[in-house]
Amino acid sequence: MRAFVALVAREVRLAWTGGGLWLPVVFYLAVATLFPFVTGPDKALLARTGGGILWIAALLATLLPIERLILPDRQSGVLDQLALRGWSDELVATAKIAGQMVAFALPLLLATIVGAALIGLPEAQMGTLLLGLALALPALSGLSVMIAALTAGLNGASALGGLLLVPITIPLLIFGAGTLTEDPGNAMQLLAATSLAITALSPFAAGAALRAGRI
Amino acid sequence: MSLRQAPLPSLNVDNVAVMRGNRMVLRGLSIAARSGDIIWIRGANGCGKSTLMRLVAGLLAVTSGAVHAEGRIALADENLALDANMTVEAALRFWADMDGASTNVRDAALMDMDLQDLANIPVRFLSTGQRKRASIARVLASQADIWLMDEPYNGLDSASCARLDQAMLAHTASGGIVLVAAHQPPSINVAHSLLLDTQGTAA
Repeated sequence: MRAFVALVAREVRLAWTGGGLWLPVVFYLAVATLFPFVTGPDKALLARTGGGILWIAALLATLLPIERLILPDRQSGVLDQLALRGWSDELVATAKIAGQMVAFALPLLLATIVGAALIGLPEAQMGTLLLGLALALPALSGLSVMIAALTAGLNGASALGGLLLVPITIPLLIFGAGTLTEDPGNAMQLLAATSLAITALSPFAAGAALRAGRI
Repeated sequence: MSLRQAPLPSLNVDNVAVMRGNRMVLRGLSIAARSGDIIWIRGANGCGKSTLMRLVAGLLAVTSGAVHAEGRIALADENLALDANMTVEAALRFWADMDGASTNVRDAALMDMDLQDLANIPVRFLSTGQRKRASIARVLASQADIWLMDEPYNGLDSASCARLDQAMLAHTASGGIVLVAAHQPPSINVAHSLLLDTQGTAA
């Protein structure tokens, strides 16, 4: 257990020192800043569409850290050393996902408060947005690690990552945007269920990809 | 001391064949190493030395045959596995903590590879030889029973080579096993030397 915590802490540290922490946050806030320029200062329109835009920004921000999640560790032999010590690939993937939840999901959630203020979302919707993103971000963390493991070492890994991410995140986006209504209850439950399924499956998919990539 | 109360380390590679990318890299290879053995593996480039190392480490699956290792394994190959932005000491500490090694063991490993002066330097600033020494120190600090050293002499100056030989000697004297793949012979007595030919068979 101590070793697992050490590995998660390493992930967070690498994100902190390698720019993986700020890049998604800056991207996310940039979208929130730029969006009102496109629509104009129509408060009602921003309130109606702003939440959805933040959802899309959060999904796309997932792609930003993937290049540094798996490939550097494979190239430097860290994955080999962990496997040598008896770590299963699924456990390594789980540690990386947990690290992403701290180093990616948490900052993004905090940035949502700023982003929602920039767009001028009504307060009631901001709570719903935060809750919805909090439910979806574990799934997005899992997906980023899974996609990173699948595409590590391939040419055009980023483009491929985008292709992989979009179809898998469509349910999250539909239910997530569905929560931004007067009555978010049902959509929130479906969002939670979808997120749970993706989060639970991603370590196994990522682990299998890590195993297949070991040559 | 409790570490050594486990059964004596041993390593048995039994009639192993390995296929990589439609090519037979190793075939009909057997090794029997007992506690205290240093086995020198040599052979031309591409004859399967590194494959053998990864196989024993459990990172590759055999196509046929069996590998059985009794005891913990440590591997030093061309990959450093130390975080480039961390200091040498901190990067080594990460693995030493994983392996449950004490501070004393870690300091001794740094000392044995003459890395004390480099302890506070980030790994990315190390030279080729210094990086090699750091990866050897990682193996030393692991307290593993079986050391797999893949081309450990590459880039080392003669003083560092002597330090490495000394460390391998001390390890085997305390009951460990060392597999060393190298083009130059270790200056210490090896129990067996295994010459691989280009077909990956023991010649």
